[in-house]
Amino acid sequence: MAVAEPIVANDQDAGQSGLARRLAHTWRQPKGFLGWFCNTHHTDIGIRFMVTAFIFLLLGGVLAAMIRLQLIRPENSLMGPDLYNQVFTMHGSTMIFLFAVPMMFQGFGVYIVPLMCGARNIAFPRLNAFSYYLYVGGALVLWGGFLTNTGPDVGWFAYVPLSGPAYSPGHRADIWSQMITFTEVSALGVAICIATTILRHRAPGMTLNRMPILLWEKLVISIAVIFAMPAVMIASGLLLLDRLVGTHFFNPAEGGDVLLYQHLFWFFGHPEVYIIFLPGAAIISTLVECFSRRRIFGYTPIVVSVVATGFIGFSVWVHHMFATGLPQLSESFFTAASLMIVIPTGTQFFCWVATIWYGRLQLRLPMLWCFGFFFVFLIGGLSGVMLASVPVDLQVHDTYFVVAHFHYVLIGGALFPMFAGIYFWFPKMTGRMASAKLGAWHFWLFFFGFNITFFTLHFLGLRGMPRRIYTYGPDMHWQGLNILASTGVIFMTAGLLVFLANVYRSMHTGEIAGNNPWEDAGLEWSVSSPPPPYNFLHVPTVSGRDPLWEDPPDQPVVVGLRDDIRETLVTHSLDADPQHKDEDPGPSIWPFLAAVTVSAAFVGSIFTAWAIPIGAPPVIATLIGWLWPRGQSPTPLPNEVPWIH
Amino acid sequence: MNREFVFVPARFSAQAMPLNPGHHSVLHPAASQAGNIEWLYWVIFWILFAVFVLMVAAFARAGAKSRVLDDAPLPIIEDDDGDRRAGWAVGSALAITVITLFVVLVLSVITGKRVEGLTSKNPITIQITGHQWWWEISYPNSQADQTVTTANEIHVPVGTPVVVLTNSADVIHSFWAPSITGKRDLLPGYSSAFSFQVDREGTYRGQCAEFCGLQHAHMGFSIIAEPVDKFQSWRQQQLKPAIEPAASESSRGREVFLTHACVMCHTIRGTDAGSRVGPDLTHIASRNMIAAETLPNTAGALAGWVVDPQRIKPGTQMSPNPLAPDELQALVVYLQSLQ
Amino acid sequence: MDSLIEPIRRPRALDVSGLPSVAFGHRNTTWLANVFYMAIEGMMFALMFATYFYLRTRSTNWPPGHLPPAFTYGAVNAAIFVLSIAPAWWIRKSAPEGDRRAVRNGLLVLSVFALAATALRVFEFTALNCRWTDDAYSSTVWVLIGMHSGHLATELIETLVLLAISFTRKMEGTRLADAAINSDYWYFVVVTGLIVDLLIYGTTRFL
Repeated sequence: MAVAEPIVANDQDAGQSGLARRLAHTWRQPKGFLGWFCNTHHTDIGIRFMVTAFIFLLLGGVLAAMIRLQLIRPENSLMGPDLYNQVFTMHGSTMIFLFAVPMMFQGFGVYIVPLMCGARNIAFPRLNAFSYYLYVGGALVLWGGFLTNTGPDVGWFAYVPLSGPAYSPGHRADIWSQMITFTEVSALGVAICIATTILRHRAPGMTLNRMPILLWEKLVISIAVIFAMPAVMIASGLLLLDRLVGTHFFNPAEGGDVLLYQHLFWFFGHPEVYIIFLPGAAIISTLVECFSRRRIFGYTPIVVSVVATGFIGFSVWVHHMFATGLPQLSESFFTAASLMIVIPTGTQFFCWVATIWYGRLQLRLPMLWCFGFFFVFLIGGLSGVMLASVPVDLQVHDTYFVVAHFHYVLIGGALFPMFAGIYFWFPKMTGRMASAKLGAWHFWLFFFGFNITFFTLHFLGLRGMPRRIYTYGPDMHWQGLNILASTGVIFMTAGLLVFLANVYRSMHTGEIAGNNPWEDAGLEWSVSSPPPPYNFLHVPTVSGRDPLWEDPPDQPVVVGLRDDIRETLVTHSLDADPQHKDEDPGPSIWPFLAAVTVSAAFVGSIFTAWAIPIGAPPVIATLIGWLWPRGQSPTPLPNEVPWIH
Repeated sequence: MNREFVFVPARFSAQAMPLNPGHHSVLHPAASQAGNIEWLYWVIFWILFAVFVLMVAAFARAGAKSRVLDDAPLPIIEDDDGDRRAGWAVGSALAITVITLFVVLVLSVITGKRVEGLTSKNPITIQITGHQWWWEISYPNSQADQTVTTANEIHVPVGTPVVVLTNSADVIHSFWAPSITGKRDLLPGYSSAFSFQVDREGTYRGQCAEFCGLQHAHMGFSIIAEPVDKFQSWRQQQLKPAIEPAASESSRGREVFLTHACVMCHTIRGTDAGSRVGPDLTHIASRNMIAAETLPNTAGALAGWVVDPQRIKPGTQMSPNPLAPDELQALVVYLQSLQ
Repeated sequence: MDSLIEPIRRPRALDVSGLPSVAFGHRNTTWLANVFYMAIEGMMFALMFATYFYLRTRSTNWPPGHLPPAFTYGAVNAAIFVLSIAPAWWIRKSAPEGDRRAVRNGLLVLSVFALAATALRVFEFTALNCRWTDDAYSSTVWVLIGMHSGHLATELIETLVLLAISFTRKMEGTRLADAAINSDYWYFVVVTGLIVDLLIYGTTRFL
């Protein structure tokens, strides 16, 4: 591809140019009520994921507050065992399935990845929209169940035989299983979109070696999702079959096996926590670079570490099953693998410290949250090392010690980076800066409250307090620590309220942000805040890892894409060489309709097997409607235009 | 004469057995298994504490150099000198990390072997079967009349190895006495074995550690470690069938037991009651607590439990038994005679 | 360097107007999506295969108290699967050449094979010699063949829809690429079908 003479002037003129007008018209999304259901632009869908996930964070937090209130004194009668069991199951399920993955992977990924790649939209935009609606469907099923006293009450991982037909009659566990189906299909859809965007829609010149670390992480996570989600779909699917049609997968009396469920579940469950953590690490790498004002130290080691974490994450699942009496040799193997995974995570930590140390640190608000992550996730990781040791694990497994551990790694590894990322990309999404002062209050209140609550839980576990008990006796000497743990909730709640106030105020009266208020290096900062519906006036090219920092002023832009249809550029997976052109399908109601028919079939199948044959035709009809060609701009036959094999 | 019974409304009366925190804690071992684990815990803890201090110091030092300027400084793209020094630092940190992890691995495997490696020619063997929400304990013997069957309270001789065989009658439970040893899941369809040896006399508490349904919170047990001769006399007593009622009220109590729903679930050896659904009550009066370590074994608590177990453990398998006061009193007198 | 906030740029141009707007083979993005889909479904199958062998280790007899599934329908269906590779291959070869008629004929033949396989599959279900409620073995056999039948049905519908489109004027470049990718998915259905056959007809006899 020959690079021609300079063609356009400053991007400042873009707003007035005819090109911008034409692109805005071509790439417009429909407005109005019905139009909302037809939207296929990644920035809109990404924000929907994030807002919806945040609502479920708050709902999950309310459930947590209820738990802490119940446990504040022995033999408390705030909740009986039936409600308590539903509440802690809903808390875990909501946080993991309705908040953590939809926010960290789907929300941030869908919003940022196409912008960081230099693409006009995400790949397979209708699949992306469909994934959002399916996620909402799953959330409605779970919470609809809870609010009608049919909420699952078997723990967020629903071990058999407790969750099986004999010991959990009714539809509670079915609702849990189907919610899994909804949310996992949603995650798989987004994984396909993100992986394809990263592999095929990067800006020309963005070779793999020049890809921002965030894109590497999202690619690894997408692959992890693709190989991990099937395991939980099988686990929950077989559970549903046992419950609804009388199969015997987990019934020892008929040749079934209870550990089979645990193996299938945790084969998914462990990669799941890396699916939640790695997006956090991606945000940290991005922000550490920006606020240390230097390119990140150890790009290659960090990339290798991220890939290694993805791989090793699949080989440690048995460490959730150390108490089941497995042979000692296999337990030692899984201890070794679980310890080994510390190495890539440690590498990232050391590289981050090195970047800050040898940079010129600007401790702005997003970076404050990064330091919070460093502290909290470090503690969580270290308690994880303790848990990797089988003898120690056999004492503290299924106690509040392990509850403390996973809250440190999940809140440290996801929530703190989430707030860092929200404050960082807030100007890009809304066009305004968030208040740094309110953000600092938010941080300190939350940090303080979090440590009060969760550090205390380590001691409770060592004192013998198991998980998932709705009450305890006064002679257990657990009350004092429980009171302390419950007081932290006040500060965390206060912090969250300050955050909501900050968001509300800043969206209306915050300081106007330009394209690049943080002076960061990524391509997303080269477009307006918020981005126009076509993202880039000209699809960019890059010649370095930090485009806005190191690209020369005459870095080429892509021309030759049509502006009267939604034409996109497809590039080579490895070296991002332009390959061919593709057409974005544009707004469509079919993803929503398909999500409705699929949801109806899933929900119906909880109640009767007839839902499958009755529900299948509408699903097929909506899928055909979705995929039926509209011939907007007919692509030529291969023998009419030169093409590439 | 009608005696008024004082029903105990609270779940725990003042006569509850006071629990020494040292009898239910990972950090207060009373057996060599828990002792080995506690040792390992502290070794790993201090190693990791040192790591924590170093990392926090590094981040603090790196963060202390920050200044917030109005204009962000121009970014550094090339920094060969800094990269070189950072390379050495990161490389060294990684090497230390690998060594530390290896040490943790070796110590863990060694401790694991020590915990498991209890060999003995004559261990006490106990079969523990988990139920929703109580523990079926038996001391199997090749002769059926030498097999002890009881519930929720385990007696072991001090200083003698004990081998536990596990099973579950319904869902997954987990047997855990923190002062004794690590936990072991009770899985339906599996039987696994573990062992322990208590070194100090005392009563040690345990609790189910795998969520098993509505009354998971009230599924406790105790391990009573006593001198060998005391253990043997306990065992001999447990092997005997139920004491014949001496007084008429006691005898009437047995009548009540045999003519009400009790026989559907409970065994009292020496009577016609032989159901294995619920705990064996042949020697119920010899136990310190009832309802899986939930209530003290007193007349008032027993009466309250019999009449309405659902109020104390909502969801438990035992249904309410509305008995007339005099029947209830007789029943309790009988049960309290079953030493 | 100028300020990073409002840079003055005079970029050069990278002209892509000569690039084709359709791609075949591994360059097509839908092909990549199909690969990811096959990875997902392949993983589901792999886990079900692992479940099958795991449950075998928990049982002394295999099949436990049943006759193995009857061979005949399965054998015929396996033969149909193997033969169906031909029309699938034909579509894959003709699509990049732009030969609409050849692709349409190939889709027609493939549809016939898919219909035959689906019909035979119904008979296979009746000859399994067990019911899914009998025990874990039966449950696994039914789910293995059931899962695969889901894929077979999906692929049948997709092939028929493509066949319908091939009779309209909408059979443009991208649709030819889609037809070729459909063949890839058909190969996946064939391979997983043969493995399922090996498990339920083969290993039940010699494991």
